[in-house]
Amino acid sequence: MQYEAVIGLEVHAQLLTESKIFCGCSTAFGQPPNSNTCPVCLGMPGVLPVLNRQVVEFAIAAALATNCTIAERSVWARKNYFYPDLPKGYQISQFEAPIAEHGWLDITVDGDQRRIGITRIHMEEDAGKLVHDDRDPVSYVDLNRTGTPLIEIVSEPDIRTPAEAATYLKTLRDILVYLEVCDGNMEEGSFRCDANVSIRPVGQQELGIRTELKNMNSFRNVAAALDYEIRRQRVVLEGGDAVVQETRLWDADAGKTHAMRGKEEAHDYRYFPDPDLLPLVIEPQWIQRVRDSLPELPAAKRSRFEDSYGLSAYDAEVLTASRAVADFFEATVQAGAEPKKAANWIMGELMGALKAESRQIGDSRVGPAELAGLIGLISDGTISGKMAKEVFGLMMSSGRPAAEIIKEKGLEQVSDAGELEAILRGIIEAHPKEAEAYRAGKKKLMGFFVGQVMKATKGQANPKLVNQLAAKLLGEG
Amino acid sequence: MKISRQEVDRVARLARLKLDPEMAELLTGQMNDILTYMDKLTQLDTSGVPPTNHALELTGAMRPDQARPSLERQQGLANAADTDGQYFKVPRVI
Repeated sequence: MQYEAVIGLEVHAQLLTESKIFCGCSTAFGQPPNSNTCPVCLGMPGVLPVLNRQVVEFAIAAALATNCTIAERSVWARKNYFYPDLPKGYQISQFEAPIAEHGWLDITVDGDQRRIGITRIHMEEDAGKLVHDDRDPVSYVDLNRTGTPLIEIVSEPDIRTPAEAATYLKTLRDILVYLEVCDGNMEEGSFRCDANVSIRPVGQQELGIRTELKNMNSFRNVAAALDYEIRRQRVVLEGGDAVVQETRLWDADAGKTHAMRGKEEAHDYRYFPDPDLLPLVIEPQWIQRVRDSLPELPAAKRSRFEDSYGLSAYDAEVLTASRAVADFFEATVQAGAEPKKAANWIMGELMGALKAESRQIGDSRVGPAELAGLIGLISDGTISGKMAKEVFGLMMSSGRPAAEIIKEKGLEQVSDAGELEAILRGIIEAHPKEAEAYRAGKKKLMGFFVGQVMKATKGQANPKLVNQLAAKLLGEG
Repeated sequence: MKISRQEVDRVARLARLKLDPEMAELLTGQMNDILTYMDKLTQLDTSGVPPTNHALELTGAMRPDQARPSLERQQGLANAADTDGQYFKVPRVI
């Protein structure tokens, strides 16, 4: 039987605020354990949470960028569960009345565009971190992360393949990173994904029984876990058994999912409105202000790069992968570089050099103006493209401008026709046999003469000009 | 009986409260009174009434996103049942 998968994703994105969602503790990552805590996030009796305005601002931005409708009034709820990563015994979240609903994202997989619905976005606080001891029967609790603001973005079960799931995630991640509301780091857990997946015979409307997958910390892992789980469910159904509704953990090393113990997922969260927090009312003016300040989003930027700079879809994709790279490219073009050439230099030499030095593009020693300068010196014939790569290497290591390096090293291309002609005449005289053969029709020998000129000028002759002159002089005789 | 003496003892233990027997008896009686009264409330027909999330007509105040100093770690850990000076230590949970 032919089956199709039905997949929905839940994404938790940590918001890039300075302070926690309900108290003034820092959200800085990698601090000594339990150093960013206070009575509020430790869950001491008698304390009151006060909402961080920036969290709402970021949630509004994410909601607008994913085409959601923002609720004028949303309500905070307590999600009760008992676990040491949550000192209060409940997580402050939103349940019945989330901040945003009914959005969508368009994704492109193998050239086909699909629209994936977004059910809802809500705000909540993150829990702490547990470290387990291998030898002693204890767990260590670090509450620094407790109270870090999150948005949870829940998709409709509109996704059909692991590849679509990975693309949806990447599209969503890029948007949040562009908005600068989340750093999108899956390995460090600031962008996390759980997946609900079921399968059903193709053509059947009714949904199959689903499992929930957790513990996937990369796009590749999400796709691999879904792929495994879809195959596993098919084997279960084809064997005449029923899929058990359960939470399963992805084991990346084993390449398998395995069921969590029943006890760990026996949840009854007893949601109820949090009496400590009043309903959140968002004025339309606030939404409008955030809408007006939204940056250009990745999809729009990509198509603009293709349309106004004449870049290929691939180039546009690479250059818009991050806002910093896109800005660098545009600044380089602004400084006078031809777009296609700027694109090639950035995607090739620049990104290669940055990667080798483990530097971000923002810390590049060669800025957009310097790169545009270098490209200009190739265009006007001052240096050859081959020389330019050498010059670029020196610019990257020294931070000095191209013109200065070229002058100091004497790398200027020889474009003086008189000078080159004299050199060429000398070479033709010194190699009468080759000149004869060329004239007799062995046109391949052109390369030999050009090579000799390049050798004589230490590679600094303008190759285009040498070719022209050689054709002319050899043609004469 | 809405709640038994055993349940009161159990809740007290979970909340780390020490109750002497007289107090436990007194609280058992009081909690039963409260829960019985709640039964009376459920007799009211509220099918046409929207849920009240909050009794106040106010909406939430917000604060600017500014980090301020946290507690000294030793202060934060001071009430812990067990700690190694850096982490809270709890019975193993996995």
